[in-house]
Amino acid sequence: MTAMTDSQKLQYIAARAADARVNVELETEGMTLNLGPQHPATHGTLRIVARLDGEQVIAAEPVAGYMHRGYEKLAEVRNYAQITTLVNRIDWLGSFANEVPFILAAEQLMEIEAPPRAQWIRTILFEMSRLANIVLFLGDMGVQLGAVTPAFYAFRDREFVLDQIERVTGGRFHPNFDRIGGLKDDLPKGWIADTKSAMDKVRDFCDEIEELFMNAEIFDARMRGVGVIPQDIAMQYGLSGANARASGIDWDLRRDNPIGLVYNELDWKVWTHVDGDSYARFWVRLQEVREATKMIDQLCDGLPSGPIMAKVPRIIKVPEGEAYIATENPLGEMGYYIVSQGGLTPFRVKIRSASFNNVSIVPWILRGVYIPDIISILGSIYFILGDIDR
Amino acid sequence: MTDDTTTTEAETEEVPEPRDEAREELLAKLQEALGDSLLDSHIVVDRDIWIRVTPEAWQNTARVLREQFGARYFGFLSAIDWMPSPYGRSHDSAVDNELLPPKEDELLPDAPAEPDTEATGDAAVTDGDADASEDESSIEAPAGTGEAKYETGFAGGETRFQVFARVASVGEPNNHWGITVKADVPEDTLTVDSWTSVYAGADWHEREAWEMFGINFEGHPGLRNMYLPSGFKGNPLRKDFPLVSRQIKPWPGIVDIEQMPETEEEDAPSEGSEA
Repeated sequence: MTAMTDSQKLQYIAARAADARVNVELETEGMTLNLGPQHPATHGTLRIVARLDGEQVIAAEPVAGYMHRGYEKLAEVRNYAQITTLVNRIDWLGSFANEVPFILAAEQLMEIEAPPRAQWIRTILFEMSRLANIVLFLGDMGVQLGAVTPAFYAFRDREFVLDQIERVTGGRFHPNFDRIGGLKDDLPKGWIADTKSAMDKVRDFCDEIEELFMNAEIFDARMRGVGVIPQDIAMQYGLSGANARASGIDWDLRRDNPIGLVYNELDWKVWTHVDGDSYARFWVRLQEVREATKMIDQLCDGLPSGPIMAKVPRIIKVPEGEAYIATENPLGEMGYYIVSQGGLTPFRVKIRSASFNNVSIVPWILRGVYIPDIISILGSIYFILGDIDR
Repeated sequence: MTDDTTTTEAETEEVPEPRDEAREELLAKLQEALGDSLLDSHIVVDRDIWIRVTPEAWQNTARVLREQFGARYFGFLSAIDWMPSPYGRSHDSAVDNELLPPKEDELLPDAPAEPDTEATGDAAVTDGDADASEDESSIEAPAGTGEAKYETGFAGGETRFQVFARVASVGEPNNHWGITVKADVPEDTLTVDSWTSVYAGADWHEREAWEMFGINFEGHPGLRNMYLPSGFKGNPLRKDFPLVSRQIKPWPGIVDIEQMPETEEEDAPSEGSEA
């Protein structure tokens, strides 16, 4: 009960306060500002139509759909192996992570379990796609605020991660490596040692970023206290991943529901932050990158031997049933709700992507902020357009 | 999962079937809270739980889950069209029927006339009857508008369209659970109540379901297009909305019929038995 009234109250106050501030301070003629669809701050083709009063946003409406590719419809006419090729393109910075929940859901319906080694390698690649994704975010956040240098560091150091992914899967961005029952291939020779040195480089990158940002006055001014998302609002909108954890929600699917991946065997920590502002979101992601490098080190050390593929029929037919599997992807909770009526193709696939929920909070959060804050808020919420539009 | 209570009553069952006490307890509580409006349920042990409620109770269920059960986290909301595709499962059954090893031998002799060979001709190397069941899954709609009971999934259903949503309880250590709620959408009105007054985040999801399935959400602040251009006609995720590229070109799975050279002789006979 209380949660309900609290949230309503909060929403009400935020909305009214924005209006009141605008009205009292300055009576100006309204203006509509169109950001995007092609705007560097929008990570692709998100368009934001903001109604302004002076420098303040009265209402903002994200317009998605410039990259809608209809994967849910396409998945209905493709077999399971082909769908992984599609879903690779949802969050294109962390592609491998898109495949995993889909494969896990199909495996659950087929009652197949990948052999331990495959699960470990999956977890390694899963975390590596997290690195590839979030490292870029850390650099990109600087660009949003006008500091171009960190982006170059990010692109430089992400390359170490992508190289390792490429050596295993053959693809830098779209590995399409996960199979029902296991993986396409085993790790190449010498990969583990190189990965560990790549992790050292990523850790150095984190230190570098921390030095660059964390005590910078401008960074603080632009990020602290900007775009605060209270916990209850975050839950209502289904925010997940670092966005939720930055609002103090201690929830990580890797720890709390690690289906098919081996996070339980590792020693790591879920970082949360109480502030819920842009700074907190940045900080949580920075810590997450560090945790991920530690996890990959542990995974490389403990990698069991054995087969990488379970026994599966060559023609994948998934029995009737429904399953929803979600994993903690770089951007947040990504899940697939698969309805199978038997046969080679799923009857319906609902793709629950993280960015869709994360961005749906934008109209709420942009009310009453100043124009420059739009950029830092959008940057810190961090979305990939393919992950919104699917 | 939380397995703190009611272990004993599960033990009394003589059948050593796996049970899911935590979810059964949740279901019992939900039954109590929702009463008659809870129509059906389904539990996959240690995995997940589904419930189906009456359309009238759709919004109330959300409220009950959020306020009484602590499921404050909104996952997603969407819809399913249970009508079998009027375009047949041609993309599916053709390959299904002939590639399943038990049936393969029966189907191989009667390679029928192929309706659309030009695109598949080169791909169907080992299987000349790649389009074997193209004829049985007729292109015409099999009277999909009738009152036929649709084949539905977990927790059943009576109508063509169902809305379903997932909410979860998160944030408290060792008490994480999620639940999928379904409700039939009345055929005549295609309207259910909006969840936006309970979970503000349902806004975009309902817009998407409205646009993709044509389901109205009563009380939604503004149903407008999410992805499609504003003048778009039709609801793309409905089963009777044709995927044009698939109509003019056979489905790409046919290419997969080509068998791997080495697997063909080795494990071709045995693979059907192992699941």
